[in-house]
Amino acid sequence: MLKLSGVSASYGSVPAIHNVSIEIGEGEAVGLLGANGAGKSTTLRAISKLVKMSSGTIIFAGTDLSTLPPHRIPELGIAHVPEGRQVFPEMTVQENLEIGAYVPKAKLERSRTLDLVYSIFPRLADRKKQLAGTMSGGEQQMLAVGRGLMLKPRLLMLDEPSLGLAPVMTDVTFEKIGEIHKMGTAILLVEQNVSRALSLVQRAYVLESGSVTMQGTSAELADNEQVQAAYLGI
Amino acid sequence: MWETIAQAVINGLLIGGIYALVSIGVTLIFGVVKIVNFAQGEFVMIGMYISFFLSSQFGIDPLVSLIVSMPVLFVIGVLVQHFLIRRVLGPNDMPQIFLTFALSLLLLNLALMLFSANYRTVHTSYSDEALHLGELYIPVAKLIAFVVAMALSGALWVFLHTTDLGKAMRAAAQNRDVATLMGINPNRVFCVALGIALALAGAAGSLLMPFYSAYPFVGQVFVLMAFVAVVLGTLGNVIGALVASLMMGVAESLGIQFVGADSGLIVVFAMLLLTLAFKPTGLGGGRAR
Repeated sequence: MLKLSGVSASYGSVPAIHNVSIEIGEGEAVGLLGANGAGKSTTLRAISKLVKMSSGTIIFAGTDLSTLPPHRIPELGIAHVPEGRQVFPEMTVQENLEIGAYVPKAKLERSRTLDLVYSIFPRLADRKKQLAGTMSGGEQQMLAVGRGLMLKPRLLMLDEPSLGLAPVMTDVTFEKIGEIHKMGTAILLVEQNVSRALSLVQRAYVLESGSVTMQGTSAELADNEQVQAAYLGI
Repeated sequence: MWETIAQAVINGLLIGGIYALVSIGVTLIFGVVKIVNFAQGEFVMIGMYISFFLSSQFGIDPLVSLIVSMPVLFVIGVLVQHFLIRRVLGPNDMPQIFLTFALSLLLLNLALMLFSANYRTVHTSYSDEALHLGELYIPVAKLIAFVVAMALSGALWVFLHTTDLGKAMRAAAQNRDVATLMGINPNRVFCVALGIALALAGAAGSLLMPFYSAYPFVGQVFVLMAFVAVVLGTLGNVIGALVASLMMGVAESLGIQFVGADSGLIVVFAMLLLTLAFKPTGLGGGRAR
């Protein structure tokens, strides 16, 4: 469904990712793992067109994303939950969710999707009128994921959903992501918490200094000595 | 004594409504597009000349000409964003500052060339009318201007909080990149923000015309007050700008009454300095809207 072929992108003259090729099938859950600064977020930002690609192609469901401006990407069904949550702090929970269904196709089903999101995250339903910026980190993360779901995405890209969360909240967040995946949404998960990520995804790519150095199924990577030494602390 | 104070407060609130229309425009542009529009006063001036010419050529009441000045300035706002500001948006603030400053100078000098420096006035049937409440005196033209200004500010608030486009504007103001991830086209939202801000400036111009003279430099009076109100009310905060504008109108009016006819601004700027010294983020609190 999504295919990146030889994608390179840079911030100014600093190359951030180099020759990255990854693929995600319909309904698949794929991980993008690696240390801080390995280029995981940049890969997501390249897919969302928030950073310019210097070379390579990105094809999503038959559409070439290269020439599209960033605001046209969500229309295709790609939701990007950015790193650090980044909810709209001065808007209420409900307004944040509503704006998640801004594109015309999602707007048509907005009230139904809203019910679905509230059923997945009952905590958000209790806080509809609260300003998003006044919620806890875990609640904001749920809101950010819920806002992404409002698009009714075919692909949900999550950037470090466990970042800054207490272990209990991380459990809840990963459980919810698992539920969302079971409902048929493809997931592209960026994580530093490699063991967590491997328990959720079917396949994963490992990024180091902006390039893909390893790939395989979750089981293969969990058994790999290099991965164990570098990321799993075994 | 109490009548004098009450009268000064009324005068201040009435003119504060006009300041509010100008400062809400400045703060809206700053909040959404993240630029300072130094030319905002010149768009008030254009609104005044539109109403002046519609009145002198066709006998149209300045308040009625609001329905011309607002759409015309909305379109000018969209064009200014799309063809000028869009080109200078980027990490560097300087081109934006120079652009709107240059636009201000250009419009000023264009007005001097086309309309000369003469003061233009429109005399309406209600220009000299006033309501009398006991000892207090409320000029009708200023009262109408105030009421319409408050209604327009309220309409903007409703737009920002109940429509999808309004919510998209608030989202873009709070986080431009993430708004883009929602499918919001930043340039489109910026065009609407500029359009609304300039339409409010145009409305201020038309509302002023029954009791104020139009001349090329008239915008400078109002833009100065608008900038103070925008800072006092916390940059980017519409309600803050509204409240601060009314406060400044009152402060100016009390200054004129009790310090001296030329000293109204002293009180206003004293307020600004005290605010900057003790609460530099303004009285609006946070970046709230």
